[in-house]
Amino acid sequence: MNEPLWLTALKALGALGITLSMVPIMVLAERRVSAWIQYRIGPNRVGFAGSMQPLADLVKMLFKEEVRPRGVGSFLFTAAPAITAISAMVMTAVIPFGGTLVLGEHRIPLVVANVDIGILLVLAAGSIGVYGLTLGGWASNSKYSLLGGLRSSAQMISYELTLGLSLLGVLLVTASSHDFGTFNLHEIVVRQAEVGLTGWLIFKAPVAFVLFTISAFAETNRLPFDLPEAEPELVGGYHTEYSSLRFGLFFLGEYAAMFVASCVIVALFLGGWHLPFVTERAEVGVVGALQQLLVYFGKVGAFVFFFIHVRWTLPRFRYDQLMDLGWKLALPLALVNLLVTGGLVAFGIL
Amino acid sequence: MVELNHYLILSALLFGLGLIGFVVRRNSLIMFMSIELMLNAANLTFVACARHHVGAEGSVLALLVIAVAAAEVAVGLAILLALFRLKKTVNADEARELRA
Amino acid sequence: MSEALSFYFFGSIALLGGVNLLFCKNPVHGALFLVCSFLAIAGLFLGLNSGLLAAIQVMVYAGAIMVLFLFVILLLNLEVEPHQWMSPARVASALVAITTIGLVLQPFLFAPKPAVEAEPSLVVPPTAPNVAEVLFRQYALPFEVVSLLLLVSMVGAIHLARRPQRTEGV
Repeated sequence: MNEPLWLTALKALGALGITLSMVPIMVLAERRVSAWIQYRIGPNRVGFAGSMQPLADLVKMLFKEEVRPRGVGSFLFTAAPAITAISAMVMTAVIPFGGTLVLGEHRIPLVVANVDIGILLVLAAGSIGVYGLTLGGWASNSKYSLLGGLRSSAQMISYELTLGLSLLGVLLVTASSHDFGTFNLHEIVVRQAEVGLTGWLIFKAPVAFVLFTISAFAETNRLPFDLPEAEPELVGGYHTEYSSLRFGLFFLGEYAAMFVASCVIVALFLGGWHLPFVTERAEVGVVGALQQLLVYFGKVGAFVFFFIHVRWTLPRFRYDQLMDLGWKLALPLALVNLLVTGGLVAFGIL
Repeated sequence: MVELNHYLILSALLFGLGLIGFVVRRNSLIMFMSIELMLNAANLTFVACARHHVGAEGSVLALLVIAVAAAEVAVGLAILLALFRLKKTVNADEARELRA
Repeated sequence: MSEALSFYFFGSIALLGGVNLLFCKNPVHGALFLVCSFLAIAGLFLGLNSGLLAAIQVMVYAGAIMVLFLFVILLLNLEVEPHQWMSPARVASALVAITTIGLVLQPFLFAPKPAVEAEPSLVVPPTAPNVAEVLFRQYALPFEVVSLLLLVSMVGAIHLARRPQRTEGV
């Protein structure tokens, strides 16, 4: 890391700003898309075509009364939503939003922390995020919250295994054309683009892509895996007792996690900032960097749309179905995938 | 540059805390967590020594320790669950059926 | 300088977490103090240039092992322990433990400082490729043994945690 501190700080602010401004856009998109899927109109009064609706929601949330149930320990109750939100935002540090920007003699990779352990950091921060849900459920001192927290911890542990194992398959493929594999997301994107469209890992590791996407849905608690907050059974699950801005923080964390999950999937499998059929230089000027950012966010937006579409299309799993899918189908499949990928890489086919 | 000795002292202190926790507390969950603390102290020693001596062996040993700890936790928690089902308590002093 | 700063910062957090675990009344709080301790140890690993181990420490210890602990504690729904005085036997064992640690620490604390601290030469930094090189070549057999151990413990855990089932027709 031989770049000046102020540059890193600037990039960190940029990444954080992007994430925080994506959340209201995603909330609005969710409401409009769900309306479109259900043949309704959706929020269209505030601002142009409802574009100011998230702002109105925020104001509403700010002015609501903060309710804290009796017999609730204050510190953990307050800390839980913060843990969820912070863990999602830490992950943006290693998301490669673009290639390497060349300004004069400076070469600036468009990622906050271009570190060797990139993808491991995402997994680590994701596993810390579980504490927010579990502790929020426990500290609320309510049976629905406790059940939601228990479900979330069990679900996260189960699907983290599949997430990690499918990721190993991907990393094996990135190692095939070089001496070593890499955990660095920026480097993974660069390696995908070396051979054009066929190098994108969605084509080289399709099974891992499907498994990773399923696990990402489970890790972000999106439907069909939203059992920790299943409204019909648990009122609101782990956030039943939360109101006002504390609830808002949970909400923010959930959408930020969805955004980051889409970013990671785009970087890992969909070629990151590269356009198909266009060979690009690895190092670009300002215009090229802007174009790469646009491509990246276009892909991320498409994936977020997929997230939303799935939520309003599929019904929720039953709890035993969720566990069966995780342990009896996804995990063995991920193991077999790892074995087959390893064999293919070893014999030089991939 | 922090001396190796400092790391060793820190890890000995952590190990000591784990050891005292293990012999003093009777709640078997807390005893179990104390064991984890001791394993971590050992890991800290491995990694510190790996930095101060040439080679990656220390890191490898720490990785193996982490894997063993994971295996140990799975079995240990299963035993605790079985104990709780039998006795409705996790106090280690209550489980003494085999004592003469 | 920054390494010294991170050492004392994370080191004191790790120790505080351990002390609080020793004195905690509620197992949930104990687990959380231990998580703090583990995260601080991950920070110490970062200070030792071992980012790989720091990430694995957070993933496995804080993210998997302690979540499992928390899950079991919440599942058992334990009461807060009533306060009770320690029996003489436990006081004695605590004293023995403290003495042991004192004996271990004694040579470090009071040994004469070597005149010139040998400068560590980082020929092999603990990056993922270097660690993998040693792990999968030199330590391939221990690696396989550990994998077997994991398999055995998985089978054992499932068997132990299953409810005892009545056989049919009895």
